[in-house]
Amino acid sequence: MRCEWMSAIRFEKRSTTPRGVLFLVPLLSVIIGLCFAGLFIGATGKNPLNIYSLMFEGAFGSAYGISETVVKSIPLMLTGLAVALAFRMQLWNIGAEGQLYMGAFGATWLALKFPEWPAYLLLPGMLIMSFITGGIWGLLPAIPRAYFKVNETITTLLLNYVGILWVDYLVYGPWRDPKGFNFPITAPFSESAILPVLGDSRIHVGLILAILAAVVLYIVLNYTKWGFEIRVSGESAIAANYAGMNYIKNILLIMFISGGLAGVAGMTEVSAITQRLQHGISPGYGYSAIIIAWLARLNPWAVVVVSFLFGALLVGGYSIQTSGFPAATVAMLQGAILFFVVGGEIFVKYRLTWSGRGGHK
Amino acid sequence: MEQSLLTAILATGIIAGTPILFAALGEIISEQAGVLNLGVEGMMLVGAVTGYMITMDTNNQWLGLLAAVIAGGLMALIHAFLTITLRANQVVSGLALTIFGTGLSGYLGQTLIGRPLEATFKSVPIPGLSQIPWIGPSLFEHDLLVYLGYIAVAACWFVLYRTRTGLKIRAVGENPSAADAAGVNVFAIRYGCVVLGGMLAGVGGAYLSLAYAPSWLENMTAGRGWIAVALVIFATWNPTKAFLGSWLFGVVDVLGFHLQNMGITVSSFFLKMLPYVITIVVLIIVSRETKKRHVASPAAMGIPYNREER
Amino acid sequence: MNIKTPVVVMENITKSFPGILANDQVNLVINEGEIHALLGENGAGKSTLMSILTGLYRPDKGEIYINGQPVKFHSPKDAVMKGIGIVHQHFKLVKTFTVAENILLGLHSSKEVYDLKAVKGKIQEFCLNYGFSVDTDAQVWQLSIGEQQRAEIIKALFWGAEILILDEPTAVLTPQEAAELYRTLRLMADQGKSIIVISHKLSEVMENTDNITVLRSGKGIGTVATASTNEEELTRMMVGRNVLFDVPKKNIGKGCKILKLQQVSCLGNRGQKALKNITLDVFGGEIVGIAGIAGNGQSELAEVIAGVRPLEAGTKFIDGIDHTNSSVRSLIAAGVSYVPEDRLGTGLVPGLDAVDNFILKSYESADRYFINWQEAKRRTKEAVGDFDIKIASLSNAVNALSGGNLQKLLLAREISANPRLMVAVYPMRGLDVGAMEVVRNLLMGERDAGKGVLFISEELEELFMLSDRIVVLHEGEIMGVVQPSSSNIETVGMMMAGKRMLKQDAM
Repeated sequence: MRCEWMSAIRFEKRSTTPRGVLFLVPLLSVIIGLCFAGLFIGATGKNPLNIYSLMFEGAFGSAYGISETVVKSIPLMLTGLAVALAFRMQLWNIGAEGQLYMGAFGATWLALKFPEWPAYLLLPGMLIMSFITGGIWGLLPAIPRAYFKVNETITTLLLNYVGILWVDYLVYGPWRDPKGFNFPITAPFSESAILPVLGDSRIHVGLILAILAAVVLYIVLNYTKWGFEIRVSGESAIAANYAGMNYIKNILLIMFISGGLAGVAGMTEVSAITQRLQHGISPGYGYSAIIIAWLARLNPWAVVVVSFLFGALLVGGYSIQTSGFPAATVAMLQGAILFFVVGGEIFVKYRLTWSGRGGHK
Repeated sequence: MEQSLLTAILATGIIAGTPILFAALGEIISEQAGVLNLGVEGMMLVGAVTGYMITMDTNNQWLGLLAAVIAGGLMALIHAFLTITLRANQVVSGLALTIFGTGLSGYLGQTLIGRPLEATFKSVPIPGLSQIPWIGPSLFEHDLLVYLGYIAVAACWFVLYRTRTGLKIRAVGENPSAADAAGVNVFAIRYGCVVLGGMLAGVGGAYLSLAYAPSWLENMTAGRGWIAVALVIFATWNPTKAFLGSWLFGVVDVLGFHLQNMGITVSSFFLKMLPYVITIVVLIIVSRETKKRHVASPAAMGIPYNREER
Repeated sequence: MNIKTPVVVMENITKSFPGILANDQVNLVINEGEIHALLGENGAGKSTLMSILTGLYRPDKGEIYINGQPVKFHSPKDAVMKGIGIVHQHFKLVKTFTVAENILLGLHSSKEVYDLKAVKGKIQEFCLNYGFSVDTDAQVWQLSIGEQQRAEIIKALFWGAEILILDEPTAVLTPQEAAELYRTLRLMADQGKSIIVISHKLSEVMENTDNITVLRSGKGIGTVATASTNEEELTRMMVGRNVLFDVPKKNIGKGCKILKLQQVSCLGNRGQKALKNITLDVFGGEIVGIAGIAGNGQSELAEVIAGVRPLEAGTKFIDGIDHTNSSVRSLIAAGVSYVPEDRLGTGLVPGLDAVDNFILKSYESADRYFINWQEAKRRTKEAVGDFDIKIASLSNAVNALSGGNLQKLLLAREISANPRLMVAVYPMRGLDVGAMEVVRNLLMGERDAGKGVLFISEELEELFMLSDRIVVLHEGEIMGVVQPSSSNIETVGMMMAGKRMLKQDAM
């Protein structure tokens, strides 16, 4: 005997989504996601509310906290934009992490080779190098995808491991600083290879780069012919071909730029933060970028805003590490948030109805 | 090459390939039913840490295994609910599962790092079979979970290709609308397959922490879940081929260790890169081949099914 | 027991979807041993009604009685248990399975570890009973459409159908095959089965059925005995007004040669030869109709002309210029307009709005880098007005539009680009009579304006009505070319089935 009420609740397709829903769903997802993760924290005997307030304190409770949040949001913005751009074309670039490392590698190569160059030459040079090396790392999986339809989710992901190992090889081996006490680090960069800061916090010029990237991306996607092609290709590859768009060229181009943007994130990290290449320059920015991009519904402005939120999450996470919470805690929170973002999407496309409510518009 | 060296390579290859095998079998079942689950890495890690935790508490590795199975299944249930009932994007949901699972396992496992385990799965040679030259020591001198893996491969193949349940599963993955019209409960089959996939991934993870290492380390799967997903593709969703593939990858995985024994030195970093690079290369080669032979993924994979959708 | 108890009674069935009342208090009565037609134009609610009878949808209101007993179907399985079987328009067969495996899928009585051989044997026996034959070992994708349909029928019967529903069964058959099908259906009806045929083909229904129920815009208009009605009355019931079937053709002189295909061959999606040595010309001011069962190379022909599919051999000229290897873009620039079979998905992008879709091809020719959205919106608005397209808002995703409006939007875009050649593939498919009239007039309009039109259709009546010449395709080859005025449906039907009747002068 079936329960009649169960079949009475249905999902009905919407023709348009009200603005409020578009905003509310992501917001609720974050809140409910944190609650969900809080359950697991509670299960191990700690008080989640306490933890969350500590995290909030750490991220926003002091000038230092806020500046650190901004600092952390820079690579998140860049990788978030990189991932959002690729996702727009339904190219699942999970390799932002590896592309970041390869960008860092490219920038470091230039910095170590020409430390004597003046800043106005070296910094743009490092920027370009990181864009190229990161871009190539994005292009590599794009080629089999474009020509043989090889699943890019797996190839980009696997290249993450290769990229990180490559950097490890360099910092444990040929590029290791002889004066570094055997730590996996390179020699420190020269003054001219370090991105200048804004004001007297650690917030550096990378912030301007990131915001500039968001602006450019927004304009390109919505006002240029090429951006139009991207939007069409992301919706339907068949329609793109039908309309005469060069779908293959666009796959390659987008993945190159996506990788390049993530590469620039790598450059900002080694240039401004660590000021040398070392093991573990990223606590998973490339993976957080995926969540950021999805939460932001692939919109460049929203990516900027959400990046701040995730920067706060990271900083808050650091501040509770001393209380015995491993870095993995933040990953857990992020994963939980993404669950609810993903699940909440159905409310954007469909509305919940029960019979008796008629089906008419 | 001397027999003992070859069999040593093959044998260690089997052991190293077993976690990938379990994960791949689970993913085959899930994908044959039409649901892509990219959360394998996360489910394996949760299985690994749960297995370790429970074994530590109960001093019984079988209970630990059971816990890993349940944990993997529960994680998969989340993905099933999101993708089947809520019709969410299967790629992103799977990624969420991986990220969450990785974080959760790291969080739960922090107290376990560095604490050794007594109750692990130890080697149990099969009398008679292990005496066969070449094959014997390679295949039959392992722990019980490895043997379980062999059984799992056979069971998987048999169920998929010789039973009505398997027929239903494959129908649901190819054309859920046709399966629905035939009276098959599409939702139930998909839910069941996804959860079963998670359970097997849990076993794969538990194998790492309870037999292979045995220990707990954060992120100890090191991408094996992703290699398993790739393996499913180049095994063309066939359990037997998945077995051979996992064996191959196991060998690649342990190659570095054997090369060192043979006195050949290669940078450890490049050796570590090898499994990932080879996976990518094989994936590309096989994708080109399957394009020519018109063998494809289950036609309805990745697309949510809705009976009343017009 | 009343021996006249109807086998199926559907009483006051009401079903709605967001924005559409698909069935509005519809009544249907089917008796034992009859062939009953469910007639109505596209969108009338026939498929919905049958989806309810087969358990796929649940009615909002109304009752169903099978053999006098009230029933409630919660899933297709329930309907099958009650002896209801259906052959869908789009076959519900798992392409990678064999016919036997497809039948086994729904055979709930069989064992878990099934014995394929035994099942195959039983199926062969069954087939002999009905005078059928089907290769139970073949995988479905290897079978022809006709064979697949036969497999579907056997599947339904094997699952125990006493009531067999066929949804537009002759859409994929030649006239001769359709006649054969009805002969088989009559045999089944004589043996006691009840047959329901969903159709929009008046002549077929008049010739082969016992009773006809007409639906229009979701309402049941009435049930008549076939013997006591005629095509005019049925049309009036279907459409609500009198419809002119004859479209007066203006005498336009033949213009210059626009399209020239010389010995063109190409491959299909599965690597098979889809087109073999096609030689075809299209002149300005004419409509060339392409007849043939779907899957005989029509889609590939259109794709090759539009540049979406490469030629393996042969040459292609547009207005005398060699475009054999041209890109899609240069063909668009040369004035080739392609109206694809897949309206929403290929021709129009479902998730984008009307403006985006309107400039889908023309965006390229604008400014260097930027799109002038104001201009685009203006032109779209103009077109929407000119072509009378019902759109709620220009910024809504187009997948909310009805089939007729989608086609109008597509044609509006294509015609506004002032093409030289228009290739329209099954443009009237799934449209109601009103929309069909509009499309017909638009195509005629292009012809009268001196453009060349290649009109691919499966409806012979349509082709005879519109075309100046009809080319028949079978398995990628041209079987013959006829003038509608001097030929008939039977002749074309034979060519569609593979009989070659090439006449030199008609080319």
